[in-house]
Parts: sequence; C-alpha cells; structure tokens
Amino acid sequence: MMSDENGLSHRFEINGHDFSNAGRISTNIKAILQEIGIHSSIVVRTAIASYEAEMNVVMYAHRAVLTLNITPEKLHLKLEDEGPGIENIDLAMKEGFSTATDEMREMGFGAGMGLPNIKKNADKFEISSIPGKGTSIDITICLDKTEKK
Amino acid sequence: MKLKEIIEKLQLKVLMDQDKLDMEVTGGYTSDMLSDAIANSKEGNLWITLQTHQNIIAVAKLKDLSGIIIVNNREPDEDTLQKAKEENVPLLGSEETAYEVSGKLYELISS
Repeated sequence: MMSDENGLSHRFEINGHDFSNAGRISTNIKAILQEIGIHSSIVVRTAIASYEAEMNVVMYAHRAVLTLNITPEKLHLKLEDEGPGIENIDLAMKEGFSTATDEMREMGFGAGMGLPNIKKNADKFEISSIPGKGTSIDITICLDKTEKK
Repeated sequence: MKLKEIIEKLQLKVLMDQDKLDMEVTGGYTSDMLSDAIANSKEGNLWITLQTHQNIIAVAKLKDLSGIIIVNNREPDEDTLQKAKEENVPLLGSEETAYEVSGKLYELISS
C-alpha cells in the first residue's frame, strides 16, 4: 500500500465555534487517505471518527491540534484540545448523553453519538480529560488486517 | 437508479445543480441528526433531512452520498448553497414531508 516505511504525518489546527469551517479538516484527511490508496472501508471509518472529533472541538472547545500519523501498519489520530474538558467521561461515552445547547440540537447536533461513534470506528480508543483545561483523544485504526479487532 | 431519474419521478427541485446527476443512487437515509447520518448512511445514499445549514454538506461529502433532499419546502441557507457548489454535492428540495419522500424513494429503489 505504501512504499515509504517512515510513515506520513500531518498537523491540523481546529478553532472552537467555527461552524463555517467545520468538517474541513476531516474532509482534508479523507482526501489524503484516498490519495495514498488507503482501503475505502478504512477511509470511511477514519472520516467518521475525525468528523466527530472535529465537531466536538467546534462545539465545545476553544481550539485544538489534530495530528494524523500513518505508518504501513496503522493510522493514528491524536487530538488535544484546550477547553472546558469533560467532568464525567463514563457519562460522555454513553450513547444519547449530550451537553449540547438547544441551538446546537436544532442544528441536528447533540445526538450523544459523537464519542461512541469515534470508539466504534477505532481499533483502539483512549480519552483523558482535565476539567477546566482540555481533553485529549487517541484513535488508532489498524491498516494491517491481521491486527484488526 | 440514477439521480436524475429520481429527481424527475419525485419532482424534486434542483437547488444546486451539479455535474453528478448521472450518479447511481444506492438507497436513502432519513435523519435530522448529523451524527446519525454520518454513522449510518451508506455510500451513494440520498440523505433526506429538514436541516438547511452548511454543516450538512460536509456529512454528504465525507460519506460520498449521492445528494441531499431538503424536505417540507425549506430553503437552504446561502452558505449551504455555496458549500454544495464548492464540494460538488447535489442539493435537492421537496415540498413533501420526510415521510412522503422516504416512502416514495423506497418504492422507487426497491421496485
């Protein structure tokens, strides 16, 4: 799939509350993956996970840095945001739970599916948060089928 | 079935014309929640929704949907039209409800 063994790395900045650019980074990531010939099922999973990660920043955080790393074995997305953080991660991971405002819900956000969608599409998912400081998310998707869960 | 046949049979308005009207439609997905649409729609689906804001375009683009049908005669925002044009996502409109459009599309595609 990839001839380069050193892997590929991209860094993106996401601004909180910037609904007009929301989705741009995940669309960008999708294009990168398609260009290097990543299998379409992996592209779809990554697109969903990165979209939800991006929207969480747009809706709740001040800003974030998203790093994409691709090696022949795996694809890794790391998101670190500055924002209010998450008080109760177990609750935030529960499908249907959301702290979205009424305005966001009217726009069709706040289904309480964001973090669960990320987890579902990842082979490995880690989240940590410091309330008042920010949230960090690690998403790994295996490219080598034998490593797939 | 091709998108242009569906436009004709469901009497949809083409809100943003695209060069993709020859695209094959694989089915539909009806939802007003963006996370639900991105998680559960399939490539080539037509997305039936009442949402009119610009963020619907990214969902359609990310899932390679064949287009978006905005129901109940709702008008898309100006920046939604602009984004649809930039991202080459067919944006369609219907006077009917999501229920009616979904039912008719289901009939058309499964027949």
